[in-house]
Amino acid sequence: MSLDAPSATAPMVRLQGVSKTYRRGTVEVPVLAGVDLTIGTGAFEAFMGPSGSGKSTLLNLVSGLDRPTTGVVEVAGRDLAEMDDRELSDWRAAHVGFVFQLYNLIPVLTAAENVELPLLLTPLTRGERRQHVAAALELVGLGHRVGHRPPQMSGGEQQRVAIARAIVSDPDLIIADEPTGDLDRKAAEAVLDLFGVLHRDLHKTLVMVTHDPHAAERAGRVHHLDKGVLQ
Amino acid sequence: MVPLFYNARSLWARRLSTGLTVVGLGLVVFVFSAVLMLANGIESALASGGDASNVVVLRKGATSELVSGLERDAVRILATEPQVASGADGQPLVAGERVVLLTLPSGSTKAMNTSARGISAESFEARPEVQLVAGRRPRPGTNEVVLGRSLVGTSPEATLGGELRFARQRWPVVGVIAARGGAFESEVWADAMRLGTAFGRDDFSSAVVRLRSPAEVDAFVKRVDANPRFTLEAKPEPKYWADQASGLAAFIRVLGLFVSFVFSVGAVLGAMITMYAQVATRVAELGMLRAVGFRRRSVLASVVVESAMLGAAGGVLGALGALATRWIHIRTLNFQTFAAVSFGFSPTPAILLGALLFGTAMGLLGGLLPALRAARLSILDALRA
Repeated sequence: MSLDAPSATAPMVRLQGVSKTYRRGTVEVPVLAGVDLTIGTGAFEAFMGPSGSGKSTLLNLVSGLDRPTTGVVEVAGRDLAEMDDRELSDWRAAHVGFVFQLYNLIPVLTAAENVELPLLLTPLTRGERRQHVAAALELVGLGHRVGHRPPQMSGGEQQRVAIARAIVSDPDLIIADEPTGDLDRKAAEAVLDLFGVLHRDLHKTLVMVTHDPHAAERAGRVHHLDKGVLQ
Repeated sequence: MVPLFYNARSLWARRLSTGLTVVGLGLVVFVFSAVLMLANGIESALASGGDASNVVVLRKGATSELVSGLERDAVRILATEPQVASGADGQPLVAGERVVLLTLPSGSTKAMNTSARGISAESFEARPEVQLVAGRRPRPGTNEVVLGRSLVGTSPEATLGGELRFARQRWPVVGVIAARGGAFESEVWADAMRLGTAFGRDDFSSAVVRLRSPAEVDAFVKRVDANPRFTLEAKPEPKYWADQASGLAAFIRVLGLFVSFVFSVGAVLGAMITMYAQVATRVAELGMLRAVGFRRRSVLASVVVESAMLGAAGGVLGALGALATRWIHIRTLNFQTFAAVSFGFSPTPAILLGALLFGTAMGLLGGLLPALRAARLSILDALRA
């Protein structure tokens, strides 16, 4: 179900004839087959499908964590296949924010320190970094939890810290892989509300993979994948 | 760059394995630095027995005073050399000395070899570093002796006011001398003539010659070597004592460093296991760092630095442990002179710095393979971990 119409602006993501095959020993396992897709700048799009349908693989290709076997993946006007590992790392640091299902926070660091991590790759001064971190944590409603560590927080709070980490460097694209998969309904709603804010107010491009139809409802467009084919 | 406090806190979060690894590394660093301190202590104890203005004259080819012989005439002729300094009484400061080995009882059943130096009237004045710290000097022509302060208490009668027994004679102890920690502190000093009579020796073992300045040493050494009347060899006194120390110090140093090396292999493996465990338990964190843009080399450097932190902590622990040994004194046989020598663990800034570097290097080595593994992790596999 879509709440918004597909974006008509310049594409943030363009996939053309993308396929991905993994090799397990001597066996080749096709995961994506001939995917063509365009996601406009500022869009909020969700991908649904059964396990093994290729949702996460698609997300990994779009975020530059993986490379296609064939086809072209262009994000923000860059062909990701042209970049080597180092360039991809730098590109991800500058353009992509990640929200993972299990938050992937570092338990020995405080919320503020976790959020600050992507900023360590920028030329910002320490003071500037602190300002950005404070603003990001305020935005996710955790301005009062800067000094707390992940084990001292609920799952919903940890995911909000992860969202703050994803947006703190002001990336073009936010990638969310099952962001509500490990949360109760109330915490999931809070996270999805935040995504709404990022989409509507901050005009971020959000690409989300989810099993949850309630989460998918928040997206402007929902894509369905089955056996590696976009329906 | 991944922040250092991430590494420090990660180590602290697994403090049991961290602590055990640091202790293991620390033990190796302790052995390493203690051995170097010991060798340095031996060199200090023996080599500091020299004064820059003094020359020791031995029979040509003799490696120590114990195996040297010098005729009385030679001592008289040496005194006529122009570079020789004069004492307060105007006499040339050339002291013929006789060195023999004594066996003093040590405890109820043991005995220890000790050097006894038969001294002349000029011996004290020729060696200003030798100071009387208790009692008085022995009177010429008597059996009175003074003890180096390292000997005090090592034998039942080795105390001020005590009476040593050797060569079937009694030797009252009338003083205690210090020599800035040098070899003389492990010697018994007696009158050269009385000692010669007691041991049936008429010649001297050596002569110590005090020159007017250290600058005269080279010229004097050359004159002695070139003098056809002598079959003598002159050595600057610091060099002579350094040579005496070299064999024992080198033996301890080589043996100790070999043991340290063998231990260090175990310690490096211990650090490696710890760091592999650190990487294995933090795969998802490392995957996240790579995902948000940290490069492979940043992850590699982070793990290596973390391992180096372990090593540096071991280095500090080991160096502190080794420093605690500086109050321990050891007495052993110098197989170059066959006399017991007393020495301690003598730390230097270079040894302590070396201990820290050694510990850090072990940590670095132990961290290399785990760091390579961390850097080579597939981001996707790591995020799924």
